[in-house]
Amino acid sequence: MEKWKGWPKLQFESELDPNFARQIASIPGGDKLYDCIQCGTCSGMCPLSPCMDYTPRQIVAMIRAGFRKEVLSSSTTWLCSSCYSCTVECPKEIRLTDIMYAAKRLAIREGVYPKKFPIPVLANEFFKAVERSGRNTESWLTVRLFLKTNPIQLFKMMSLGLRLWLRGRLSPKRESIKNKAELHSILKTLEKEYMVKPKRQLGLAGKETP
Amino acid sequence: MSYLYYPGCSAKSTGKAYEESLLAVFSALQIPTIEIEDWNCCGATAYMSISELKAFALCARNFALAERQSKGTTMIDLIVPCAACYLGLKKALLYLREYPEIRTKVDESLHSAGLKYTGHIRIRHPLDILVNDVGLKKIASLVTHPLDGFRVACYYGCQVIRPYADFDDQHEPSTMDKIVESLGAEVIDWPIKTRCCGGSLTGTVQEYGLRLSYNLLKEAKKRGCNVIATSCSLCQFNLECYQRQMKRRFKDKVNVPVAFFTQLMGMAFGIPSRQLGLHRLLVPLQQPSKTKADVGGHHVYN
Repeated sequence: MEKWKGWPKLQFESELDPNFARQIASIPGGDKLYDCIQCGTCSGMCPLSPCMDYTPRQIVAMIRAGFRKEVLSSSTTWLCSSCYSCTVECPKEIRLTDIMYAAKRLAIREGVYPKKFPIPVLANEFFKAVERSGRNTESWLTVRLFLKTNPIQLFKMMSLGLRLWLRGRLSPKRESIKNKAELHSILKTLEKEYMVKPKRQLGLAGKETP
Repeated sequence: MSYLYYPGCSAKSTGKAYEESLLAVFSALQIPTIEIEDWNCCGATAYMSISELKAFALCARNFALAERQSKGTTMIDLIVPCAACYLGLKKALLYLREYPEIRTKVDESLHSAGLKYTGHIRIRHPLDILVNDVGLKKIASLVTHPLDGFRVACYYGCQVIRPYADFDDQHEPSTMDKIVESLGAEVIDWPIKTRCCGGSLTGTVQEYGLRLSYNLLKEAKKRGCNVIATSCSLCQFNLECYQRQMKRRFKDKVNVPVAFFTQLMGMAFGIPSRQLGLHRLLVPLQQPSKTKADVGGHHVYN
């Protein structure tokens, strides 16, 4: 278990980013963020909150206060395994899992996610594989993940891989859809839509980056 | 009534046994299933953390393909056995219905590929279909080899029942319990049946992921179960395939077979084990001896 890193560093209000909360709240159903009563049900329900550097309740408070850098580079958002316990239990019906996703997306777009962490690497590799061939091949995804993050792990998992392969549960054949052109054209249109303003208003502490 | 079937990526590799047993059971129940042609990945959790809109578009392509394939049907029922796919598709369906701004963007992208999605689709989990469409009576009537001596812990996992599922209770689900009971097996009381197994964390940050899976197995064993039934290929993989690693890390031997609930159904229906993919399990599933079941474990709250 990771050691608790304590409260986020005390900051002056001018150092915080007032736009951050608005940005996160712009997701569908995200404006519920302002209803949070800080009861801590989410942290209590979360099976992973003992491993996180900030608990989900703290993350909500930090988002509202504008601790942009701390939230986006924290391990919390990435450790969230999307089990939706918090979303179901929240008395104010805040969709916390979706808020975590929004923070993940911002972190990826700005490139501020914790670099040593394998989870964003997995997400990126998965994204690329599906964008390329329409389906995900588990064997290759695992190999690529371990090569990029921890090659020693690849050797450790060798025996498990072999046992799975003997039972026909792991094969090196790459899965793919037939009509890739169709998928590519769908995703390409959205690329244009989604990448309109990449880094313009996303600077730290409310300052616009050039 | 016929159903369209969306397997999902893991049903083609690590969760092969799920697909095999599901299709075998459905054909024993005489429910025709047709696979969507050229389906693509649902995006799972990873896609959502990079681009939400693209994740919805991936799901929408599947919907459009399903609609094209079953022309003229007023309402299409799509069987989605994988938990992550079930959640992903269900979420996409909901968001496309509720947020017009997402709908227009996704529609535009589909249009560029010559596809169209109208919204006549329902996402159904096999548990939902078996309990609500088929009925427990019919399942019980097909049982030829009752599962005597099996003490089953039913594991639902997170994403099948949370947060969008409408066929079962989100805190205390019972559909799988009812099905397994109608097969003649005993269902043990196991309150953490919806607790997270760690998901993909077992592959990325093993230190945390393994602990979550281990907690589940340890509690199930303490309560005297001799097989765990799951409804998700990733949960099955986490609980079963990492048992050696758990033994090394926690110095505790947890040797519990983890099967899909469809495999248990197939066993009770007398379908040959090869067709159910029982040979693919790493921890073999065998008929428990009577004495062992009597001695093993104790009820804690019953």
